[in-house]
Amino acid sequence: LSHGSGGRAMAQLIEELFAAAFDNEFLRQGNDGATLPVPAGGRLVMAADAHVVSPLFFPGGDIGCLSVHGTINDVAVMGAKPLWLSASFILEEGFPLADLKRIVESMASAAKDAGVPIVTGDTKVVEQGKGDGVFITTTGVGVVPDGRELSGDRARPGDAILVSGTLGDHGMAIMAERESLGFSAPIESDTAALHGLIEALLASGADVRVLRDPTRGGLATTLNEIARQSKVGMMLQEKSLPVNPEVAAACEFLGLDPLYVANEGKLVVIVAPEDAEQALAALRAHPLGARAAAVGTVHEDPHHFVQMTTAFGGKRIVDWLTGEQLPRIC
Amino acid sequence: MPGIVCQRIRVTGVVQGVGYRPFVWRLANELELHGWVRNTGGGVEIEVCGKPPQVNALIERLSREAPPLARVDDVRAHPAERKGDAAAEFVILDSDGGPATTTIGHDTAICADCLGELFDPKSRRWRYAFTNCTHCGPRYTISRGIPYDRARTALAPFPLCRDCRQEYERPADRRFHAEANCCAKCGPRLTLLDESGAEIAGDPLAKTLTLLRQGGIVAIKGLGGFHLVCDARNAEAVSALRERKAREEKPFAVMVANLASASSLVQVGIGEPALLEAAERPIVLMKKRHAADERLPGVAPGMAWLGLMLPYTPLHYLLFHEAAGRPAGTAWLSRPQELALVMTSANPGGEPLVTGNDEALLRLSEIADAYLIHDRDIVVRCDDSVLRAAPGGFQFLRRARGFTPRAIRLPYPGPATLAVGGWFKNTVCVTRGNEAFVSQHIGDLDNAATCSFFEETVAHLLAVLQVKPERVAHDLHPDFHSTRFAADYARMRGLPAIAVQHHHAHLAAVLAEHGIRDATIGLALDGVGLGSDGGAWGGELLHAARRSCRRLGSLRPLPLPGGDRAAREPWRMAAAVLHRLGRADEIERRFADQPAATMLGQLLERGVNCPPSSSLGRWFDAAAGLLGVCRTMAFEGQAAMLLEGLAERYGEMLPIDHGWRIDGGELDLTPLLAVLADETNPGRGAAVFHATLAAALADWVRGFADGGRVLGAGGCFLNQVLVRGLRSRLATHGLTLVEAQRLPPNDGGLALGQAWVAMNSDIEEH
Ligand SMILES: [Fe+3]
Ligand SMILES: [Mg+2]
Ligand SMILES: [Zn+2]
Ligand SMILES: [Zn+2]
Repeated sequence: LSHGSGGRAMAQLIEELFAAAFDNEFLRQGNDGATLPVPAGGRLVMAADAHVVSPLFFPGGDIGCLSVHGTINDVAVMGAKPLWLSASFILEEGFPLADLKRIVESMASAAKDAGVPIVTGDTKVVEQGKGDGVFITTTGVGVVPDGRELSGDRARPGDAILVSGTLGDHGMAIMAERESLGFSAPIESDTAALHGLIEALLASGADVRVLRDPTRGGLATTLNEIARQSKVGMMLQEKSLPVNPEVAAACEFLGLDPLYVANEGKLVVIVAPEDAEQALAALRAHPLGARAAAVGTVHEDPHHFVQMTTAFGGKRIVDWLTGEQLPRIC
Repeated sequence: MPGIVCQRIRVTGVVQGVGYRPFVWRLANELELHGWVRNTGGGVEIEVCGKPPQVNALIERLSREAPPLARVDDVRAHPAERKGDAAAEFVILDSDGGPATTTIGHDTAICADCLGELFDPKSRRWRYAFTNCTHCGPRYTISRGIPYDRARTALAPFPLCRDCRQEYERPADRRFHAEANCCAKCGPRLTLLDESGAEIAGDPLAKTLTLLRQGGIVAIKGLGGFHLVCDARNAEAVSALRERKAREEKPFAVMVANLASASSLVQVGIGEPALLEAAERPIVLMKKRHAADERLPGVAPGMAWLGLMLPYTPLHYLLFHEAAGRPAGTAWLSRPQELALVMTSANPGGEPLVTGNDEALLRLSEIADAYLIHDRDIVVRCDDSVLRAAPGGFQFLRRARGFTPRAIRLPYPGPATLAVGGWFKNTVCVTRGNEAFVSQHIGDLDNAATCSFFEETVAHLLAVLQVKPERVAHDLHPDFHSTRFAADYARMRGLPAIAVQHHHAHLAAVLAEHGIRDATIGLALDGVGLGSDGGAWGGELLHAARRSCRRLGSLRPLPLPGGDRAAREPWRMAAAVLHRLGRADEIERRFADQPAATMLGQLLERGVNCPPSSSLGRWFDAAAGLLGVCRTMAFEGQAAMLLEGLAERYGEMLPIDHGWRIDGGELDLTPLLAVLADETNPGRGAAVFHATLAAALADWVRGFADGGRVLGAGGCFLNQVLVRGLRSRLATHGLTLVEAQRLPPNDGGLALGQAWVAMNSDIEEH
């Protein structure tokens, strides 16, 4: 890839690549923007997510499908049905066309599988050294039905905390790939679009208070955010946290806590206590929620601590961290 | 009357709740003076009239002959107006309720007079478990606030009976204004409960002893919290206690009846009898006899030291009395007694000590077979203090019961400051004028209950001292609960919050305690504290001043493979050293029992989650790992403690030649570790490590100091073998090591240093 005048042909090429891969009626309009029908009823939800990941390709996915899933999930955890996506690319000069093709095709198939078309987009090429291969920003628009209220401030004492599956798979897959750590059993990213799972959950009629996708910072960070927003405390049970054995082993060895490791295809559900079983059953009935588990409960706590009962019966604070995990044992 | 003078006298210090007013009353009567004495917010105020020589004698004796628990800081006398109608007698007046500059007294062991009554079958306090007087007993742990009077103590619900009231009101009585005075008729009572919480009929003390002798575990309510107690000679009971207390390997403390009973277990050294028998009754770490592990199986496995304490409450004494067959009189107290009890803090899961009866039944249900409780509340939670004899006195490992809330004198006054300490072994500090009050040991702020205890302690200290902080000081680490609390506290009150670097605080605590005003070179040696450059510091040579601090050098950093995980697994530190030595291929073979060993070389090679740290604690861990002394730790500091114990037993060694390198302020111990990697005798290795480390540190310091003092602080200064070696090595270079004496050198002393830096932070350095 090159940029500038010499890159005009290249830009043309990229455009053709995108047009072919993402092809849909809105993109075919060929304008600078897409003209979209106004959804009947409900409220619009819009979310944007910039994707920067190293390495670009990893077991279980790549930056392409990740950028589709991430934004669909941000829309879906609002309780909305995702309708359309936009995609912008910042490409570094010299980026291999074959890699770009792979990424674009991965995006296209992720969007197709999810039933959410990419209706508009843009591409810029920057000088070598001014980017890191490729950055992708996606925006999603969806519609949430009237009367459906999901928000981080709605957790109440007594509520149950569910997760839709194993923790830490994405972050560990990325780390293993990036650092070429040869684990005996390979770890795959869990990247997935969650709107189907969410629709199944909400269709069960369970009184769901909060939905979140515990991405960067993992479950610990997400729960701390909710605890603060809702002004409550939470208690997790260490032994009920689902973690793949190879992820647990990798975390153990790296000295990392799976609670802080990123996920890209998992859901945190906070649900009224009486509906917890029902919600759990609905999650488990969906292929993406087969390993869903109830991991804790919400309680009153002026400190808004997220705590965990450890395997030894002690309790410890699952802290919200300012930055990376700094050593602290004196 | 001619020749009569009057003086108004103010006495400050610890002069309330310690029998000071009756002491003045007796003195005045003896000297035939008249006037009055009363408690004020600031101490004790006296007005006396009489002949000048007698008045002067009184003033002189006010500090010289003060009662045992009193500490007189200052006596100031001014001539006073003589009231014409002054009664010709000396009276004790009630408190005036002025602004407080005094504090509540500390808790002390039962005194000899009370012991005499306790074991006198004719006394009305025969076997009464709550016997005390103005010279002894609980203070801090039963006080809700100041001034110290019965209505604000845990004795408030127990109205005095006629006999007790008489004692309380008679100035000549040992129990005059003894706020905790009581007897079997009017005071608290013991009850023994079974595991379900039902009362066990019969004599609670006798039944408790029976249970203990049968190998049971009894939760016993003490002064500042519950203990979990079992027969220290019963291996099964001890191991049951370990298992129920979550399989920990930590050494247990043991209570024996007296010094005579201690000497079969430990080698009693110089200064140690006085420490054991001190009224503060700390746990004293003493050198274990070889036979101790046989006599007390599983109590302190692998440790060179044993923590011993003597009874301090009447209740403790009564257990030993029961075991001795309830002898009359006190002669049995000086004879060796067979009974030895494991007395470990009832703090399940690392949460704060249990203090309430209902709480005990709830939180100790998985551990205790029975509960020996009573109806006198523990108002303030306070662990046992732990210390050991050290050259020139003693050293604190944990400062709590018996020492809190005694003030540490600062060299000069400054703005009232609240310092919130660190994360591990947290304590807080409140300053008032030129006094610093460091709280009792609070614990590790990694659980919600300890965080709440931390906040309660801040509130309680500020309340009893009646201080409104003008400044708040905290650690640099953004993720400590203490740091976040300090930020919120300061923001809500519009106060400056001052971040003090961890190792600067360690050394500033020594500056404050010793009143050193000049910037001084110092070694801060510990685990990990956040450095001002964002790094993980812990082996620092600093130029420490009251306000500021300059880093002169540090230990060569080692990678911590797995971050904090490496602080719990010495084999990882050993692997880091092997990797540095180009011997990474040995990691897998040496640590074959560690599942992660196959991968650790990769981790180190790529530097993934391997933050570098200059911590000396981690060099200790590496040495312990290389010598095969400790691969993974069951409790914090275990590797270094085992290493120290081995070195102590092995005896003196000379430092090895070329064991260290100094390069531009950086001290590198890699050559020493290379030798340890091939050492086959762990004892010799441990001794060589300590000797060489001491020589290396002294050599390093010498390059920056020319004569004078060198400060030393941080958890590594708990290591007596290291300190002994360092002290003598420094002496050969004309340097004197100055350490903490009133506080532990570890993070338990951090708050004082933070406070001192914050107090000085606006004042020009000179
Ligand atoms: Fe420290
Ligand atoms: Mg997002
Ligand atoms: Zn007494
Ligand atoms: Zn009485």
